[in-house]
Amino acid sequence: MKAVSFLLLASFAAVATSSAQERPYFVTYSHEMEEPGNLDIELFNAIGKPPNANRFLGSDIEFEYGVKTWWTTEFYMDGQATVNDSTIFTGYRWENRFRPLLREHWINPVIYVEFENTSADKTLREVVGHDGVPDFADPNWLARQDKEREIETKLILGSNYRGWNISENIIAEKNLSNDPWEFGYAWAISRPLKLAASAHKCAFCAERYQAGIEMYGGLGDRYSFGLHQTSQYFGPAINWSAPGNLTLSFSPQFGLNDYSIPRIYRFGISYEIEQFLGIFRGGN
Amino acid sequence: MLRRLSALLFLVLFSAVLLFATADGAWLAKVPASDHQKTNPYESQPDAIAAGRNIFEEHCAKCHGQNAEGVKKRPSLRSERVQRQATEGDLHWLLVNGSMKKGMPPWAKLPDPQIWQLITYLKSLHE
Repeated sequence: MKAVSFLLLASFAAVATSSAQERPYFVTYSHEMEEPGNLDIELFNAIGKPPNANRFLGSDIEFEYGVKTWWTTEFYMDGQATVNDSTIFTGYRWENRFRPLLREHWINPVIYVEFENTSADKTLREVVGHDGVPDFADPNWLARQDKEREIETKLILGSNYRGWNISENIIAEKNLSNDPWEFGYAWAISRPLKLAASAHKCAFCAERYQAGIEMYGGLGDRYSFGLHQTSQYFGPAINWSAPGNLTLSFSPQFGLNDYSIPRIYRFGISYEIEQFLGIFRGGN
Repeated sequence: MLRRLSALLFLVLFSAVLLFATADGAWLAKVPASDHQKTNPYESQPDAIAAGRNIFEEHCAKCHGQNAEGVKKRPSLRSERVQRQATEGDLHWLLVNGSMKKGMPPWAKLPDPQIWQLITYLKSLHE
């Protein structure tokens, strides 16, 4: 419990030191890329209590950089703390997103490729295959012996229409050992609470909040495709873009079947540094 | 020999024409007629100019300068092209689609009213 409290405090402390117009999603990716030259530092957390297992806090810190208008790269470091167990570093991930079509269309595809090297991960940044409650039953010392070196690919589809953002992700993941391809999905919809901006500067105006819903889950694997023994989650999501490039996000999410964790509380903090490399070049 | 030189000269000239065609401002020729003719629902409204200024400061100023004067290779938005040649519909098209090969990201993530407010502010700069 002390470890969980420590990580929670550390997360809130980051507020004091730490984007704008970001979507309130935790699992689903939209087609919107990081602006070139900008660095987004993000801290995401998930708190859950699987049945017959200890409460946990899964955290990851992400460094997202816009290399080009059509290419965003991101590096993650993951960790977790489990009550009555331990606090451990669980691994890293490196993802790249590519936008093949250089104009805005009704549906905008983005290709996502990620390499991850994790073990005992509890951040739940994606759910694929038959991921579910049994994965959380093992103590950390045992769970971390199961190394997951995986290639994850996603087809991200996104649309913006009259202020609404609609995003769908189709996920295929392959453990580099002899495991089958696993599949998953995620989708989300969101909208700012107000579409036009206020004439005066304000921190808490309605246009600074975005609200929506998000749903994601596993779709089995190559040999057992479908919803049998998969976990599925659904919940509302909201974020607030504070002045100074800071964004705070929150989402309570609910497991939709017995194979899912009944409730997951997610919260995130992100801070965007505009034209990051310009800092080292003295100005812009 | 003369034929090779002519071919080389043709290639150089053709490349130069291509280069000019893709230089800044070429985006104007790509704007569809329906977008070119779009009208700004906030045109010249003082509140929209103030709101647009806030949006500009938050999302655009870092690259285009606090007063839209341009920074290094990022163009000035007080230019003849933005202020006179481009219609408000043209600017709306550019903001939605970006000019991704030139490093200008699309801003379709901003709701349409905010894009029009931003354009109202930009167009007010020539006055």
